[in-house]
Amino acid sequence: MSRLDDYREVTPKGTIDFLERLVEQVKGRKILHINSTKVGGGVAEMLSSDLPLLKDLGVDAQWQVISGTEEFFNVTKSFHNALQGQEQHITQQMLQAYLEVNRENARRLSFDADYVVIHDPQPAALIKSRPAQGKWVWRCHIDISRPQWKVWSFLKQFVVNYDAAVFSLPRFAQRLPIPQFLIFPSIDPLSDKNRDLSPQEQSQILSRLNVPTDKPILLQVSRFDRFKDPLGVIQAYQLVKKHHDVQLVLAGGGATDDPEGETILSEVREAARDDPDIHILLLPPDANLEINALQRAATIVLQKSLREGFGLTVAEAMWKGKPVIGGSAGGITAQLVYGVTGFTVNSVEGAAFRIHHLLDNPEVMTKIGENAKEYVRQNFLITRHLGDWLALMSYLGRAS
Amino acid sequence: MMPKIAEHPFLFTGCWELKEMVGRSARDEQQLLEAIEEIPVDSLFYHTHSFFLRHQYIAGPYPNDFATWAAIQVRDRVLGEKLGILDPYDFESLEALRSEIVNIIDEHLSQLQIIPRVVYGEPFHFMQSRIIEVPTGLEARSLTEFRKILAAVDASAVYYHNFEAIFRLVRRKGDFALWIEEQLDLPELGQKISRIDFYMISLESVRHQIIKLCDEVLEKEARR
Repeated sequence: MSRLDDYREVTPKGTIDFLERLVEQVKGRKILHINSTKVGGGVAEMLSSDLPLLKDLGVDAQWQVISGTEEFFNVTKSFHNALQGQEQHITQQMLQAYLEVNRENARRLSFDADYVVIHDPQPAALIKSRPAQGKWVWRCHIDISRPQWKVWSFLKQFVVNYDAAVFSLPRFAQRLPIPQFLIFPSIDPLSDKNRDLSPQEQSQILSRLNVPTDKPILLQVSRFDRFKDPLGVIQAYQLVKKHHDVQLVLAGGGATDDPEGETILSEVREAARDDPDIHILLLPPDANLEINALQRAATIVLQKSLREGFGLTVAEAMWKGKPVIGGSAGGITAQLVYGVTGFTVNSVEGAAFRIHHLLDNPEVMTKIGENAKEYVRQNFLITRHLGDWLALMSYLGRAS
Repeated sequence: MMPKIAEHPFLFTGCWELKEMVGRSARDEQQLLEAIEEIPVDSLFYHTHSFFLRHQYIAGPYPNDFATWAAIQVRDRVLGEKLGILDPYDFESLEALRSEIVNIIDEHLSQLQIIPRVVYGEPFHFMQSRIIEVPTGLEARSLTEFRKILAAVDASAVYYHNFEAIFRLVRRKGDFALWIEEQLDLPELGQKISRIDFYMISLESVRHQIIKLCDEVLEKEARR
């Protein structure tokens, strides 16, 4: 039995058989994914899950990672912030550093594949070294609906040379002369981050993390990043704390391509000082079981992002049947159908109000949690994601 | 009497919808109207039909994206209700449907002093479907086999043989009803299936209703 068969139990009926039929249209072809980090962050996590299953289906799926200097990752972090709308000062020297690292990687990497998928801005300029064969797709995971113009026009000169672009939401689409497709990202229900945990396993992990379970837990799992608004979460918790004896857990991972995390983390520590009910956990990138246990232990999960690519932590918590309150940003609005599968909010006060509301109405929490799990099953599991990629490969193959 | 065995089996075909962005959006109802007049027919189809492929479990507030956007994002429930009641099965072609949607919005706007627009909500982003047909390899020669496969097949096959068949491939009765009538000599069952209001329920509900109708016939046959 292949690994793929394990998914029959958790996916909608007929899904796996259907994928096995769909793959016949692209069987034996080679797809190469290229991104900037092997660990940490949603992209690396998705690729770690997608590739073995694509291989199981009969696609030759490969993954390569570009290498870069500290200066390069500082530049691409500035790009990331600028593309998400934050004003950044970009110098000519920074652009040159970006191009140079891309040139070096182009010399080092092999692009021998039928389909080459470049993830996010970091390796986007590799397109300048594309060989004659193969279809190239730029997969953008971040919210570029309101980009800082200088950075976007720099990046756009590369993007227009791809055969297609893929975005996580319709509103991220840009004026481009190439086809643009919508593919929602996904979670892997059988990964350590999402699989079922026994009560014993869960309590062992929580005790190792020093998170008590004697009070309802409000949880936000995300990088310590300004766009995730961890300070806003603390403020919302403080408003709720006047009426409900709850605790707050802020669990953040880091990624090798995110040098800004340390600064934000110290601001969060400062805001949380003296409150024994705020737990700040700095987790390593592979702390999947820990995140799983925390999400399962949570009473309410928050993802109060101000800007978001997609916000997969929302789907993770929904899959565990938890009510989620999310910022009205990026893909969070696609996951949280207001009042049906969760709630979106636009302010600290809005978040505090919804936390209050849910704590006072446990039956609403249960119903929202049930809907949330089913909604994820239909729309945000890895099997749907694989199907989208297979369909795109098939479509681009026909177009050629 | 022995149940009829079909001369030509029913071949279940599923489909996968690639969602392509048209690159056009609307922030108010006038922009929506103008865009609907000009968008490719594949985009009109996406927002009025393949909607069901994307909402197999939870039916949306209204059964087309234009109505849902007007009601939820613009907060114009009147237009939402007027568009929401539209039934594409009443129209001969997608162009006729387009014309009716344009008329409804045009008439609605003519009665207003101010054009309703998005304030806090999301603009309307036009998309279009790229449907990849996927033969499932499953085939039925009898009603028993048909029912059994239908219960387990991917929901996209329910969509393909009803929505795609009727509206894009112009097989007016839908593939299930047509095959049951022609190959199994069960015109009554075929008619009952073609009378299901596919437009008002989710794909899973369509599946369940067809299975229920098949079961009624199979039980009757078993009692004979």
